[in-house]
Amino acid sequence: MTSRTMVSRQLSQRTAFGLLMLATTIVIVPVLFIIIYMIVNGAGAISWEFLTQSPSQAGKAGGIFPAIVGTFYLMLGTLIFALPVGVTAGIYLTEYARDNWLTRLINTAILNLAGVPSIVYGLFGLGVFVLALNFGMSLLAASFTLACQALAMTITTSREAILAVPREYKEGSLAVGATKWQTVRHIVLPQALPGIITGAVLAMSRAAGETAPILVVGAAFFLPGLPQSPLDQFMALPYHLYTAAAHVPGMPKSTIWGVALVLLVVVMSFNVLATVIRLRARKRRYG
Amino acid sequence: MLQPGVSTVTANAGLEKSLRRRWRLGERFIESWIFLNGLLAIVVLVGVLVLLLREGLPIFAYTPPWEFFFGTKWYPVSEPPTFGIMPFFVATLTVTVVATAIAVPVGVGCAAYLAEIAPAKVRETVKPIIELLAGIPSVVMGFIGLMLLSPLVQSMFNLNTGLCGLTAGIMLSLMSLPIIVSVSEDALRAVPSEFREAAYALGATKWETIRHVCIPGALSGIAAAVMLGVGRAIGETMTVLMVAGGALAVPYSPTEPMMPMTAAIASGIGEAVRRGLHYQALFAIGLILFTMTLAVNLIADKVLERQKRKFVR
Repeated sequence: MTSRTMVSRQLSQRTAFGLLMLATTIVIVPVLFIIIYMIVNGAGAISWEFLTQSPSQAGKAGGIFPAIVGTFYLMLGTLIFALPVGVTAGIYLTEYARDNWLTRLINTAILNLAGVPSIVYGLFGLGVFVLALNFGMSLLAASFTLACQALAMTITTSREAILAVPREYKEGSLAVGATKWQTVRHIVLPQALPGIITGAVLAMSRAAGETAPILVVGAAFFLPGLPQSPLDQFMALPYHLYTAAAHVPGMPKSTIWGVALVLLVVVMSFNVLATVIRLRARKRRYG
Repeated sequence: MLQPGVSTVTANAGLEKSLRRRWRLGERFIESWIFLNGLLAIVVLVGVLVLLLREGLPIFAYTPPWEFFFGTKWYPVSEPPTFGIMPFFVATLTVTVVATAIAVPVGVGCAAYLAEIAPAKVRETVKPIIELLAGIPSVVMGFIGLMLLSPLVQSMFNLNTGLCGLTAGIMLSLMSLPIIVSVSEDALRAVPSEFREAAYALGATKWETIRHVCIPGALSGIAAAVMLGVGRAIGETMTVLMVAGGALAVPYSPTEPMMPMTAAIASGIGEAVRRGLHYQALFAIGLILFTMTLAVNLIADKVLERQKRKFVR
């Protein structure tokens, strides 16, 4: 091999690596830019009053307290409906299911559930919870809708968490005469708990940012007070942002940026929380 | 108090037996409950399909499927109403193509960099940033597109409005990047290191190894990553609702305002009379969306499975 071709090969390697690095830069720069830009523009709007007062003048003045509370209600509702069934399904898939066609079908269903567009979940919620079950446009209908959407995530994360429990623990428990369910209840679940909580927190974070489904099943842009019962309509941060940005002329720019920043902080803090729980659990297990 | 001796043993045995029976009954109950929950994913998925069919299919009695799919006029509130979804379909296709054209080279390039070249430190900084991107809610991305990108696109291409398919496609490309990067990176990592070592032993440079060994080896995984990204772009709602422009005509260029299928549902459902024709037509669009994303995901799953089996010996 002549030295010249070697040089050209080195050159093409350098060019290629440069391009790959450029691709990576193209991925991360917009993210950092978006987040920094949002903090810079939104921080000015955020004050104690903005966070704790109800909106006035059709949302153009005052605070966004009901939207914040509504979003937390939604996160809680999603958790209550999606977590227990998700964990139970995870237990079934890891501890009870055999490797047969039914299990494969369930796994395929979970996978596809995660890929269903959010607006389609909205239609599902409208048809089933709002109309057929007669919940009306309400917090309850929205929670159920978001829970259906979160199901794939709670099942998958529970399954992963349970799978990560060392086999010896289960075998030890079974060896001293515990039944399968006792082993699951007293050995597997406590060990899998951090992983399950991580999944739950992620599902809540997802529910906080989800807009399309609640747009269909009952979010309101302007309500004078907080929802008094699960059957009331509600305000929520993402819907508030959408309407303020796209549909209300004359909305002060700083307010919209403020809403966007609050939403981002809520979603991101739950994401970070999930990461922290995951890292701490890993540290405890592997030292 | 029982007398010590044989009778205690038998009494205890009887007690234990009945306890155990009750126990077993309780467990039987719990286990069937667990089984039912295990089926829930199927129930919800089938439930979504059944609901879409039930609410959406009746529209075809009014507008035959052929006219529904290929009709170019969507006038849900005129008298008589017409429902042709070609404008929405073309819009979905346009924004998806734009998004994929940007996200695939960038995403796969980034994945190759992270999997093959980047030092551990760089990777550990970049990966959380990509996770951050995956966590940004779609309505926030829509808002960013509205405020920052659309004025930029408008002045760059000299348009009447920056709210168009191109803007939506660029935002969507950002949103489908995380899944493309992570799935491609996993696929690249799954290529056994013996393959790389063999290439080095033959005198290949690192880039030649990546180009001729790693990427071909991971190709089906990368294809699945692309499909999952496409599925994401097809189903994304808020971003396209906010920045695609919302025009009802069939778009002829990405720089025109348009209304993808998801946006058509989201913007129409509030006004549609319950169980009226408009309502049914929107559910029928939902049915088409559901079928499209289901097909994309099923194929991606099959491809991924094949990739996983590829290097197992």
